[in-house]
Amino acid sequence: MTAVPNHLDRHFRAAASEAGLLDVAYDLADSPVGPLLVAASARGLCRISFDPEPERELDALARSFGTRVLRSPRGVEIVRRELDEYFEGRRRDFDLEVDLSPLPAFQRDVLEELVRVPNGNVDTYGGLAGRIGRPRAARAVGGALNRNPIPIVVPCHRIVGASGNLVGYAGGLERKRALLGLEGAILPG
Amino acid sequence: MMEFVAAIPPFERFYEERKHEVFGYLSRLLGREAAEDAFQETFLRALRAYGKLEHGRHLRAWAFTIATRVAVDERRRAVPVLEPREVPVDDERPAYAELEHLAGELPPTEQAAVVLRYGYDLSYDDIGSALGSSAEAARQAASSGVRRLRRRHTT
Repeated sequence: MTAVPNHLDRHFRAAASEAGLLDVAYDLADSPVGPLLVAASARGLCRISFDPEPERELDALARSFGTRVLRSPRGVEIVRRELDEYFEGRRRDFDLEVDLSPLPAFQRDVLEELVRVPNGNVDTYGGLAGRIGRPRAARAVGGALNRNPIPIVVPCHRIVGASGNLVGYAGGLERKRALLGLEGAILPG
Repeated sequence: MMEFVAAIPPFERFYEERKHEVFGYLSRLLGREAAEDAFQETFLRALRAYGKLEHGRHLRAWAFTIATRVAVDERRRAVPVLEPREVPVDDERPAYAELEHLAGELPPTEQAAVVLRYGYDLSYDDIGSALGSSAEAARQAASSGVRRLRRRHTT
């Protein structure tokens, strides 16, 4: 069989993104907290996964955003650049559009409020619940954070327990500690 | 009875499964250099249509269909087709593998029919849809193509 030359494969993947034909472009990236899968829809960044095995992500992305899902480094170039800058300590805030459109309204409210917690700070589950006007919903807030599709950029690592314990993180406590350390956050308690 | 509807895979999976075969097919029809442009055009066309697919059946034949249309358009544009001379058919019937190097001299639809049938083992139904014709017309195109090749081979 005649194999597709690499340059041709790269050209096609770039052309597909440039022509605006993709529902989702994704790529794999190295980072200090392990390999990441990053994905963007037409509206913005829609997924960062700590699981670098795309096979497990592709079907979920296709269900949420459409079947035209393709690995296309060109389509996530800006995201990768901002992540690199963040991990090198040259960027405090992300200037990225995010696409939370497939999420239930409550989770979207939680995540949109979460983005306001600045780099270097932390807040608590109860604090975040209060700020969306649902002061008794700390547990539901925890659930919403646990299913955050865009960790790091939507900074669920900045939410800790009332006593200052890290409590939990879908990506594992090691990563949560590493991200807070990178940001120089001072934990309460 | 419930009908099983084949799910449409994410495009990445479809592309990875088909890209080498489609590139090989286009290289056979067009030559390596022209195949590169045709490859990109084929998968961009596939991508444009992919969101409108209703099921994931026959995706292999569908990929060949698009590639065939791109290649036939390309050949009609680029290469003058030589009409082979009529010569008596020899009774020695050479295998397709011995003939393939001559296939580039066939008219585009005959060439596509012959390569899809003998090179990729597609059914005449699938070849018919690739050529925008009936299964019967596809069978005729393939057999007339092979006859032409045999005549060439014997001259």
